[in-house]
Amino acid sequence: MKLKKGAVVEGGTSLNYKTGGWRDQRPEIDYELCNQCGKCREVCPDDAVRHNDDRYEIDYDFCKGCGICAYECKAEAIQILPEEK
Amino acid sequence: MSDIKVVEGSEAVALAVKACRPHVISAYPISPQTHIVEGLAKMAADGDIDAEYVRVESEFSAASVLAGASAAGSRSYTASSSQGLLLMTEVLYASAGMRLPFVLTGVNRSISAPINIQVDHQDSMSLRDAGLIQFYVESVQEAYDMHLAAFKIAEDPDIMLPVMVCMDGWVLTHSYERVQFVDQKAVDDFLPPFAPEHYLDPATPKTWGSYAESDAMMEFKYAIHKAMSEGKPRIQEILNELSALTGRDNSGLIEAYRVDGAEIILVAIGSVTGTVKDAVDELRDAGKKVGLLKIRCYRPFPHEEIWQAVKNARVIAVMDASFSMGSEGSIGLDLKAKLFGRPQAPMVVDFVAGLR
Repeated sequence: MKLKKGAVVEGGTSLNYKTGGWRDQRPEIDYELCNQCGKCREVCPDDAVRHNDDRYEIDYDFCKGCGICAYECKAEAIQILPEEK
Repeated sequence: MSDIKVVEGSEAVALAVKACRPHVISAYPISPQTHIVEGLAKMAADGDIDAEYVRVESEFSAASVLAGASAAGSRSYTASSSQGLLLMTEVLYASAGMRLPFVLTGVNRSISAPINIQVDHQDSMSLRDAGLIQFYVESVQEAYDMHLAAFKIAEDPDIMLPVMVCMDGWVLTHSYERVQFVDQKAVDDFLPPFAPEHYLDPATPKTWGSYAESDAMMEFKYAIHKAMSEGKPRIQEILNELSALTGRDNSGLIEAYRVDGAEIILVAIGSVTGTVKDAVDELRDAGKKVGLLKIRCYRPFPHEEIWQAVKNARVIAVMDASFSMGSEGSIGLDLKAKLFGRPQAPMVVDFVAGLR
């Protein structure tokens, strides 16, 4: 195995490691209630909320289901549901 | 060629660090280490060194500053003692893993509780497994000399590990001794500028200590051990160069004092070795066959050199100033582990002399 001294690698490699599989509950956004304030994106510790096509979306490849977005959502537009596989 | 002055041990260390031209110094005060970083603070304030002097709010931060600065390609230094070293511990393990070659002076002091500020080696010994290279010095002169070598050893491309120079608090840091200094030009020739293979640069982002799965984790840890154990010849070469630089014999990973024909060999590290040499002289004068083994380089552990020095002795008596609670003294354990199974190995008797 070829190791890089100090485990030094190029930047951005955490994108290759999808941590969404750790999730046991999932946030879901109700777009009827969402007022696009962007708070969920601000507070997400994993930067797993994206702003795509004029709406906020959860990136389930990286969302660990911590629930901070749902707790912080003033419009109560995010529900935390059990993760089912 | 070189100045001779009577200076306090801490000042000698500060002057050695200055001569190594560090870019970043982080500091948090704790006795008996404080005079070292005070000396460097004055140099920075007076413009005598071109270093960023970072006053931090804890030893954890002092070590973290070194880690970041070193990753950014800066030659970096701090000093601490006792509880301060323990508070650095998490960062020091990580820094060894990230192969960040800064230098740390470990000024030995006992660990609370009960609270006490006198010398023992429990603090630095609790870091012996972290992946740091560790030296223990006998005198102020040796402290000065070893700090000159420390950066060169740390930054060697095949080693790339933090180096800790351990010196006894008070006995060395607060003693005034005659010290012969090496002139700046000679130090500059000996120690080239720090030029690491990787350094933090926003233009080419990199991650240090990236995630390793279980299949690679042990390999990374083994690489630290290998850098140390296979780095011994390189450390030896650098100590030989140091000896040429200083005109003093700093060359040994160990120092074997009057061990020829010795039946009993005392083993010690740090400042007590000077006293033990006097004791050995007296015992020799009284016809007793006694010698001293001083271990200068403790990690990597120079067990081959030690074996060569002690193999004809009957008994090795270790004076340990640190203790693994529930087992026994640290150096005693190392010696027993490394001498066990060798033909006619001497008996190792471990004494704990000075937890205070």
